[in-house]
Amino acid sequence: MKNSSGGKGSMSTASSITTWKAGDVVPVPDQFPAGLRVLVVDDDPTCLIILEKMLRNCSYDVTKCNRAETALLKLRENRNGFDIVISDVHMPDMDGFKLLEHIGLEMDLPVIMMSADDGKDVVMKGVTHGACDYLIKPVRIEALKNIWQHVVRKRKNEWKDLEQSGSVEEGDRQPKQSEDADYSSSVNEGNWKSSKKRKDDEDETDDRDDTSTLKKPRVVWSVELHQQFVAAVNQLGIDKAVPKKILELMNVPGLTRENVASHLQKYRLYLRRLSGVSPHSCNPNNSFMNPQDETFGPLSSVHGLDLQTLTATGQLPAQCLATLQAAMLGRSTAKSSVPMPLVNQRNIFSFENPKLRFGEGQQQHVNNNNKQVNLLHGIPTTMESKQLTSLRHTSQTIGNVNMQVASHGAQSSQNNSSLIEMGQPLSRVQILNDSTVPLSVGQPIVPNGIAANVSTRNGVPENIRAPGYNLVSQTSSILNFPMNHASELPVDTFSLRSTPGMSDHTSKGAFHEDFNSEIKGSAGFLPSYEVFNDYQYKSQNWELQNAGMILDDSQHSNSLQGNLDLTQSVLVQQGFPSGQINGQNRSVPIVSKAMFSAGDSTEPGNLLNVNHHLNTIRADNTVRVKSETVADGNPSNLFVDHFGQEDLMIALLKQQQGIAPAENEFDFDGYSLDNIPV
Amino acid sequence: MESKHVHQQIAAMRQSFFDEEVLDEIFSQLEQLEDQNNPNFVEEVFTMYFRDSTTLLETIEQAMKTVSITLAKMDRILHQLKGSSASVGANKVLNEINKTRQVLEKGNLEGTKAGIWEMRKEYDSLKAKLEPYFQLKQANSVPKEK
Repeated sequence: MKNSSGGKGSMSTASSITTWKAGDVVPVPDQFPAGLRVLVVDDDPTCLIILEKMLRNCSYDVTKCNRAETALLKLRENRNGFDIVISDVHMPDMDGFKLLEHIGLEMDLPVIMMSADDGKDVVMKGVTHGACDYLIKPVRIEALKNIWQHVVRKRKNEWKDLEQSGSVEEGDRQPKQSEDADYSSSVNEGNWKSSKKRKDDEDETDDRDDTSTLKKPRVVWSVELHQQFVAAVNQLGIDKAVPKKILELMNVPGLTRENVASHLQKYRLYLRRLSGVSPHSCNPNNSFMNPQDETFGPLSSVHGLDLQTLTATGQLPAQCLATLQAAMLGRSTAKSSVPMPLVNQRNIFSFENPKLRFGEGQQQHVNNNNKQVNLLHGIPTTMESKQLTSLRHTSQTIGNVNMQVASHGAQSSQNNSSLIEMGQPLSRVQILNDSTVPLSVGQPIVPNGIAANVSTRNGVPENIRAPGYNLVSQTSSILNFPMNHASELPVDTFSLRSTPGMSDHTSKGAFHEDFNSEIKGSAGFLPSYEVFNDYQYKSQNWELQNAGMILDDSQHSNSLQGNLDLTQSVLVQQGFPSGQINGQNRSVPIVSKAMFSAGDSTEPGNLLNVNHHLNTIRADNTVRVKSETVADGNPSNLFVDHFGQEDLMIALLKQQQGIAPAENEFDFDGYSLDNIPV
Repeated sequence: MESKHVHQQIAAMRQSFFDEEVLDEIFSQLEQLEDQNNPNFVEEVFTMYFRDSTTLLETIEQAMKTVSITLAKMDRILHQLKGSSASVGANKVLNEINKTRQVLEKGNLEGTKAGIWEMRKEYDSLKAKLEPYFQLKQANSVPKEK
């Protein structure tokens, strides 16, 4: 490809490729693929040393690691230091597929999986998780000689995506636009069509394939956008949601069907993961105590990722999250398997609207008294519901929570729990930090700018088990707040531990000591996820600026914001009927979803939506935050599940958007999802 | 000359490994990786392999003595052994591992244990053959022709 090199720009590889192929020029490029920077990860020292030698013999520049976590660390430290990763599937500290997801989300590098196991299922798993190849041991040197193709291919695709998206943004897609002139309404549509067509036509593609997981649209899936997306999907019904209709419902100029299709694919994977994972999804009685296992299961990986990411970044502004999500969706060429998107979306919720998010079903313990909104950052992987419960937040201010969270945050390595303050209504953001962070239940209702303190912790790698639900839980609580009650915080339903500050909501649900957030009512209170937006995304830490959140501690920037956002987005999307919001109704289906849609508008209406949404979500929930019923479910479950991924997605998206110069987008240590009890 | 004799001996030993199918072509592949910079690469690899595999085998044998051994746990260890054995070309060991895993998949605990014993025999045999080979080689190292 004659690259322009500009495209991927600087990808020297690209140029190299060009030159290399062309054979003329070349000073260095000529040597390609020599010097390809490979990171090989395998816990078996014998295999590792053999691979290293083989790769060196191929003239590659090899770095070896015997632990997945170390590998992630190296990758994060030097984001652009590697061209490709080869990893074993079975490793003691982290499942190879999880590593794969992390890499895809954070660094978007091609990853080759390998194993002595050649069973169809595991190979398929590699495919679904986005591996660009799968090698069976014993690996032959011949197989390694050609791995450079994956690097080239990916770059080529990225470039194409860039080109494509770029044109969307510019409104001028060369190849595409022209094609179908049917749409005159907007360039986008035209682009849509043309891109679709182009997509169909292009074969070079592996990325054009619309089901391809490699495709990476470069659309930035902002929080709002994702919210709209989820709303549209929910409206259509997940089974019936087709890109075209979603696109129409969303009615976003500049968005192409292709973008939606790709995003949808990721979303679906995310949902699948969510549903697959936890056995008890909405168990009203799931208290936080139970965390994790359930929902975290599948999510864990995603969540973990997400959360981490989110947290890593500190508070991710909703936008960041959204962006991340979008980015993730877009970028994860291989990541389609990562459900992150959803996560991000959640994060996208800005806390500005103090909508309470319902942790899906998690009981959000909303302390009505507190104004704080506890957004549980669903750090899926990291936060375990247990943790949530333990998070209980007694103090009113989120700030406190933050502190606590923060302290907990400390646990996790990079993730800092950042409390996200929700904007108005939400008073409490539950902060889930891995485990020890007390969640402060935000006041669900919130009209008053609830600061949702979300302390997200970046998934602490190992610690965070919490089912990244932190966010989720939050959401739940949030959701519980009936939007329409301006004054009365729906929070009542939440038995958030709210401190006295809360107005009369009272945590109806008895505040369970254990869980901080109970989403009692269906108050669909969307925390203002927007809060995330306020947070500055710092390169390694996402700091949540408070949008109103009390949380100020951004010690750890890693905020689950992402998570929250997701939840929010999720919540928002759901739009529940206000009727639903009522107190004690625990079933907050996907709280987060509901919140999401409501997210933006803090009005009561949102709550309604949220509630409604929640209910809806429950019904079909795939994505839901794990525990649908708010009841006294573990808030963490609720959120984590949902949030985690979405939030992460959002965070990721944002990150990708370049929101923050974060070096590590997700500054989380590879947390081992394994920790999450599934 | 003595050294010549030794080299012939070494070559013969090597050939016997292939003839007996104790080692497969992967081993040849490893040999091809040897070069000026890593003249004893194969030996290093096997040193590592023997060290780790011995530990794994001991673990599994120990576990088998306990009541609580589970098939899953054994399978995990066998999987690890499979990867490394395949990567070094330990053919017979690999075959035994595969057979044992098949038995294990059927849920036959006793059969699995028996399989592990067989595998252990092959492993010991391999080690007994290769260690002197490497020693001899090392002692008489000269660029050898493959």
